[in-house]
Amino acid sequence: MSTDTATQVDAAPGRNLGAIAVRVLLPALTFVVLIGAWWLATIIFDWPSYIVPTPLEVWQEMSDQRSILASNFKTTLWEALLGFALAIAIAIPCAVAIAYSRTLELTVYPTLVALNAIPKIAIAPLLVIWMGFGAGPKIVMVVLICFFPIVISTATGLKSTPAEITELSRSLSTSTLQDFLRFRFPWSLPYVFVGLKVAIALAVIGAVVGEFVGATKGLGYVIVASGQNANTTLAFAAIVLLSLMSILLYYAVALLERVLVPWSEET
Amino acid sequence: MTAISLKGVSHTFETRRTKLRALEDIDLEIGENEFVTLVGRSGCGKSTLLRMMAGLLRPTAGQVEVGGQAVTKPRRDVSLMFQRSALLPWRTVIENVMLPVEILRLDRRAHRTRAEQLLALTGLEGFEDRRPNELSGGMQQRVALCRALVHDPSVLLMDEPFAALDALTREELSLELQRIWGEERKTIVFVTHSIQEATLLADRIVVMSPRPGRIARILPVGADRPRSLGVTAAHDGELDRVGAELHELLFAREPAGVPLSLQEPERNR
Repeated sequence: MSTDTATQVDAAPGRNLGAIAVRVLLPALTFVVLIGAWWLATIIFDWPSYIVPTPLEVWQEMSDQRSILASNFKTTLWEALLGFALAIAIAIPCAVAIAYSRTLELTVYPTLVALNAIPKIAIAPLLVIWMGFGAGPKIVMVVLICFFPIVISTATGLKSTPAEITELSRSLSTSTLQDFLRFRFPWSLPYVFVGLKVAIALAVIGAVVGEFVGATKGLGYVIVASGQNANTTLAFAAIVLLSLMSILLYYAVALLERVLVPWSEET
Repeated sequence: MTAISLKGVSHTFETRRTKLRALEDIDLEIGENEFVTLVGRSGCGKSTLLRMMAGLLRPTAGQVEVGGQAVTKPRRDVSLMFQRSALLPWRTVIENVMLPVEILRLDRRAHRTRAEQLLALTGLEGFEDRRPNELSGGMQQRVALCRALVHDPSVLLMDEPFAALDALTREELSLELQRIWGEERKTIVFVTHSIQEATLLADRIVVMSPRPGRIARILPVGADRPRSLGVTAAHDGELDRVGAELHELLFAREPAGVPLSLQEPERNR
């Protein structure tokens, strides 16, 4: 973790900027190359646009349908975010309970593992039967998908307090609450964020899966509807937006991690 | 004045099948402001003994007293330091040092001054706002030492505090600890595997033997302080003599050595 160089900390800011530029530029370059390859393929194989549209056609579709896409984007984003937030609100208390109670760990934990083994996608049609076509079943789907990684990582984090930290806390006669707030919970945060980063990527998938089975709006619905009309270009536009949403949400969580857990190992 | 007294202290770890006698019938009196090192091979119960003095572990027989009172739980006037610094990575150096003050709800302003003095005393002036991961291992242990001293405990228990450091840093910190002990008089119990550390620092060296953990010998170290290391040291003779004796004791063959795990497999119930 540490080296013998406390003086090296304030490394030249110029070098830092360079490192950031490389970290941004290299992925961007890869992205550009991939788009180029896609374009080249559409030219070489001369696919009709209902099979594979060109990047330019997708771009035009995105700007033509901008208002429809934007409102559907918002719907899906909202479902994903609300589901994600709910999953955190349920999963973290569960993880605390599991980490603090051996009995709960023995009773609840195996059940959670078993429940997680159910393919969540298979439940999607049932959710529609139970909850209708509104946002409800989509949000529930997101919660179901996000819950597990958050519980696991948080419980692991809460149980990973090093022995010497636990002894330090005990030697200061901390109450259970003090011990939790000052030592165990902050110590678990890097682990919590591992779970959150997995979950946020799954959140968008959950929302789209929910929309596939019975929806009247959302980008998942746009994809299903454009499939029915053979409007491949619109489907591509929706997929691009979904990827964008996923990437943005992931980096938002990663940024939050940087702010809240600056001591965590850099990813 | 006796600071710590152990009377007939034993500790037995019970596993499903066997009882492991980690410590057996330890009698020891440690005087106020005395520096005692506990030396012994792995598994002789040094750390167990230290944890009982800290109130983290109850003896299965006998009594541990600190300041004339039986130890039943951790005490405010007893501080602990470990092989790993146990610094909180989300706190700055000064915040780490202030941690006991916050938890024990002591006067913050007065202790803040003391924390700064301690950091200066350990050569960490100017590092107050750094985070632990910006510091070297030796500096982290210095911060841990400041944290252990900030609320002015009367007893400092140290469990191989320098064992994870490189040899030079280790030597440097031993000398520094001696100097700090000169300024901040405390009763110190210091567990170590290092003969050099044990002789340099101790007023008395308690040599322990394993299986079960017992006190094999207590060696007083008469050399004047401050002691130093190296050929020019005036008291070399004394430290060398004690060091050699210690070496002999630690490498003595155990009488009829029986592996710990096979010893007296008393069944529970």
